[in-house]
Amino acid sequence: MLVLVAVHALAAVVAPGLVRRFGRRALYAVALAPAATLVWALTRTGGVRAGEPVVETWPWVPRIGLELALRMGTLSWLMVVLVGGVGALVLAYSARYFRSDDPGLGRFAAVFVAFAGSMLGLVVSDDLLLLYVFWELTTVFSYLLIGYDPAKRASRRAAMQALLVTTLGGLAMLAGFVMLGQHAGSYRWSVVATDLPGGGYLVTALMLILLGALSKSAIVPFSFWLPGAMAAPTPVSAYLHAAAMVKAGVFLVALLGPAVADVTAWRVVLLVTGLATLFLGAWVALRQTDLKLLLAYGTVSQLGLLMVVLGAGTRDAALAGAAMVLAHALFKATLFLVVGIVDHTTGTRDLRELSGLGRRAPVLAGVAVLAAASMAGLPPMAGFVAKEAAFEAFQHGGTADLLVLAGVVAGSALTVAYTLRFLWGAFAGKPGVAPTEPHPAGRSFLAAPALLAVAGLAVGVAAPALDGLLAPYADGFASAEPGYHLALWHGLTPALGLSALAVAVGGGLFLLLHGGRLRATRWTPVDGAAGYERLVAGVDRLAVELTGATQRGSLPFYLGIILVVLVVLPGGALLTGGPWPREFRAWDTPLQAVVAALVIVAAVMAARALRRLTAMILVGVAGYGTALMFVLHGAPDLALTQFLVETVTIVMFVLVLRRLPVKFSARPIRRSRRGRIALGVAVGAVVSGMAWVASSGRLATPISERFPDEAVSYGGGKNVVNVTLVDIRAWDTMGEIAVLVVAATGVASLIFRRSRDLDRRSAVPGPRPATTGGPRWLTAGFEAHRHSVILQVVTRLLFHAIVLFSVYLLFSGHNAPGGGFAAGLVAGLALAVRYLAGGRRELNAAAPVDAGAVLGAGLFLAVGTGVVAMPLGGEFLQSAVLDLHLPLLGKVHFVSSVFFDVGVYLIVVGLVLDILRSLGAEMDRQQEDAHDDVRDKELV
Amino acid sequence: MTPNLTYIVVVGVLFAAGVTLLLERSLTRVLMGVILLGNGANLLLLTGGRAGGPPIVGTTDGAEMSDPLPQAMVLTAIVITLGMTAFLLALSYRSWHLNGHDEVQDDVEDRRIMDLADRDEGPGTDDADQPDSDDQLDGDGRPDPDSRRPSAASLAAAAGGRGREA
Repeated sequence: MLVLVAVHALAAVVAPGLVRRFGRRALYAVALAPAATLVWALTRTGGVRAGEPVVETWPWVPRIGLELALRMGTLSWLMVVLVGGVGALVLAYSARYFRSDDPGLGRFAAVFVAFAGSMLGLVVSDDLLLLYVFWELTTVFSYLLIGYDPAKRASRRAAMQALLVTTLGGLAMLAGFVMLGQHAGSYRWSVVATDLPGGGYLVTALMLILLGALSKSAIVPFSFWLPGAMAAPTPVSAYLHAAAMVKAGVFLVALLGPAVADVTAWRVVLLVTGLATLFLGAWVALRQTDLKLLLAYGTVSQLGLLMVVLGAGTRDAALAGAAMVLAHALFKATLFLVVGIVDHTTGTRDLRELSGLGRRAPVLAGVAVLAAASMAGLPPMAGFVAKEAAFEAFQHGGTADLLVLAGVVAGSALTVAYTLRFLWGAFAGKPGVAPTEPHPAGRSFLAAPALLAVAGLAVGVAAPALDGLLAPYADGFASAEPGYHLALWHGLTPALGLSALAVAVGGGLFLLLHGGRLRATRWTPVDGAAGYERLVAGVDRLAVELTGATQRGSLPFYLGIILVVLVVLPGGALLTGGPWPREFRAWDTPLQAVVAALVIVAAVMAARALRRLTAMILVGVAGYGTALMFVLHGAPDLALTQFLVETVTIVMFVLVLRRLPVKFSARPIRRSRRGRIALGVAVGAVVSGMAWVASSGRLATPISERFPDEAVSYGGGKNVVNVTLVDIRAWDTMGEIAVLVVAATGVASLIFRRSRDLDRRSAVPGPRPATTGGPRWLTAGFEAHRHSVILQVVTRLLFHAIVLFSVYLLFSGHNAPGGGFAAGLVAGLALAVRYLAGGRRELNAAAPVDAGAVLGAGLFLAVGTGVVAMPLGGEFLQSAVLDLHLPLLGKVHFVSSVFFDVGVYLIVVGLVLDILRSLGAEMDRQQEDAHDDVRDKELV
Repeated sequence: MTPNLTYIVVVGVLFAAGVTLLLERSLTRVLMGVILLGNGANLLLLTGGRAGGPPIVGTTDGAEMSDPLPQAMVLTAIVITLGMTAFLLALSYRSWHLNGHDEVQDDVEDRRIMDLADRDEGPGTDDADQPDSDDQLDGDGRPDPDSRRPSAASLAAAAGGRGREA
């Protein structure tokens, strides 16, 4: 069965290509997929007749117990036959319905066969979650099919409506499935059915599931979407809205029925909504002038009847229901296809414009009459057999059953009436209307509806055989009734009398309406469509109001909200949470207070500064002060890194600030400034409080107590902070260097304006050198007029020493302050000095590489080090320690994590190089270009 | 462990100054706020571990060693602040280059939705707002999707005019 689903998927993939190549004839090939399904199902008939289901199980997501559990019992077999048979015929019919140059044909073929595959999967799923997946797939594909013509507003609306309504129901159904599955510990229906919960839990779950089934099958109050869906092409309506999709809800009710029909609420809901739908649909159908809409409302009505019969919960009713599912699919698909031909050959399907078509298209009319007879329940058609069985099933119960019987008979009478209206409207000659002249419809166009109509006749005649096939399903119901058998002739039974009554009343009603003595008034007690419109409009309005209220589009507003929450919630918790620790110490050493005073003054002044440069310097002072605090704390690595970062930051600021205005733009109004300061002070106070509580809140022994020992024994290094970075918490470092790479890429893409400019990350071209020939070491080369010669020469002298020092820091970092971050910053500063001294030519000479390549190499090395440990039996990023005795060098202590640190080093160097190339060299170049432009204009 | 008052005051002041700057509209100021906040946050992290000698085995006794774990966290944080600084600087330069200033503007789309909310209207993305193929076609037979939307320029003007107030 899974193979068949896969065949449909494959057909969907190749369909557009086939249609492009062969035009509409390709649909015949696509039809092979559902045809194969039909053939396969027919070969399994024997086993199904004997009551032996076909079962297949494939593992899928073992962790949530989801498997591809497929199971074809009697009911599923019936549905598979319908899905495959009607699907193949409708596709073959479509090959004549559409034109080859229809632009949407390829998509139609693909989506149609994909839908058929999903429907197949749905009816053979044993796992409820799998069933849900297919259920939603049919929803999505039907959305695409209804919206076949995206340029039409009606079709877009209808598609969206169908999607929203059925998805809403589907979600409710999923909740119901989960409730049942969690209770049973399995999602396979064949298991769940044997272990159902009781009481309100079961009722709630079933009501949720019914919500899904009723919305899918267009039962009141969800019925409004189905007539709207008639915007779809007629073959789609014939398949989705007669045979397949709307039957999904009916199928689900039938599937669950044997196990849950003794739940009163289940039966009551199905009987009440089903009867309401039966009447409402039939009544509205009597008012329609569009043949297709007439059929659509008729379908709604019939679906209601199916729900009533299948929801009754007795063996005989279930047998009647199964037969009715088959009969309905056969006659309703036929009639839709007939309407399609009428529409195609005459250009209209308005029954007020059609006249005398029966004489001019006798074969078509014959097919329609055959199917209509089945719909009206006339012998010897399938519809008659099913309806007889239904009448019989409700005869023997109490008052409630008799009431239902009365409803069903009345509904049948209405059905007869709209059937007559359909036949009269489509084929009868009407006085005062010019006879319609149809184009001839080819034999192949007629073949599909004719086959379906004849099948309806055959099923009726062969009713006893059908009885044997469907009985295993009906026998699943607990009530051991005497056992009704499907047949054309039971003798002169009350059921036959009721059938005759229904036909007579229906005929009379049609004559009354037709003669104008009775009007089918507008009568809609439950207007689902209006409710839907109101709901959708309400959701839209709510979304606008909510978005408008929360998404103000202002950065300070968002930040303000976040910070106010920070003040109110954690701040409130701090205030109410007491008791606060009372002991404290003023400082570790008095020096801390001195440095702290410096930081405080610098920070406050920075917040008040009006000039960019002043603010920058003050922020730098605060940063260096923080570094001093690190020194006093006993954190040399931090202090080293912080000093270096502050320096690089100042370089960057200088590079950018030379382009920006000296002062900040005019300050906004004073009140908002006071608000900002107030919020700042409040946040500061809350964070201080948090620091106060948190620093005394560390009660357990810190995990880092063990770090020094582990650093030496596992990490092979003495600098605990560095070993933590490259070994103990190397995953964190991995994430952080990734962030650095992203930031560097972001900087470059903001400054280099076009993507091809990014090539210049390897070297931004400088002004042409004055002399030919390359520069020599210690000669003032390029742009000597702009830069200090002495500075250039001195930096060249120092450059290699600084780089060497950075390498030393890198390798000694494992045992002494240093490491990849600090070493990379030192090397970066060396590059920065070269750039500041000699401009971008000098930078290119110092680092003739692409910054991106350096970043990439670093990331590659860091990840590579981690990965290498894995095949060696270690974990990702685990280090190996190697102590070697080499001649000359003596004892060499080697730790593999040093490569990781080299990766970090390269990334930091790459980041700084990237910054220099972007914020330095490229900005210079853009500035010079601008100057050149101005000069050119002046010259002109 | 007892709280260290000096740290607590410094952290509070750095956060206060940082937040004040962060709420400005000038990107350079925002950036400086971020840097000050970063320093404050780093010091806040350090208060979680005890101070002492450098955490290097052999240099300091285990008992006198400062807590290495917060230090490792802070170290990477420092370098990330550097990357962040570079990015924001590039952003302010870019903003200045495009607009002649480095101020953060209000989002135009958000402004449009707020106007809709003020007028008590729906989003208008549904079909009701879109012209049908039957009633409005342009040259090549496709419906024109932009015919009912307000022009981007007028929206930008509206947003720019109100952006400074907030």
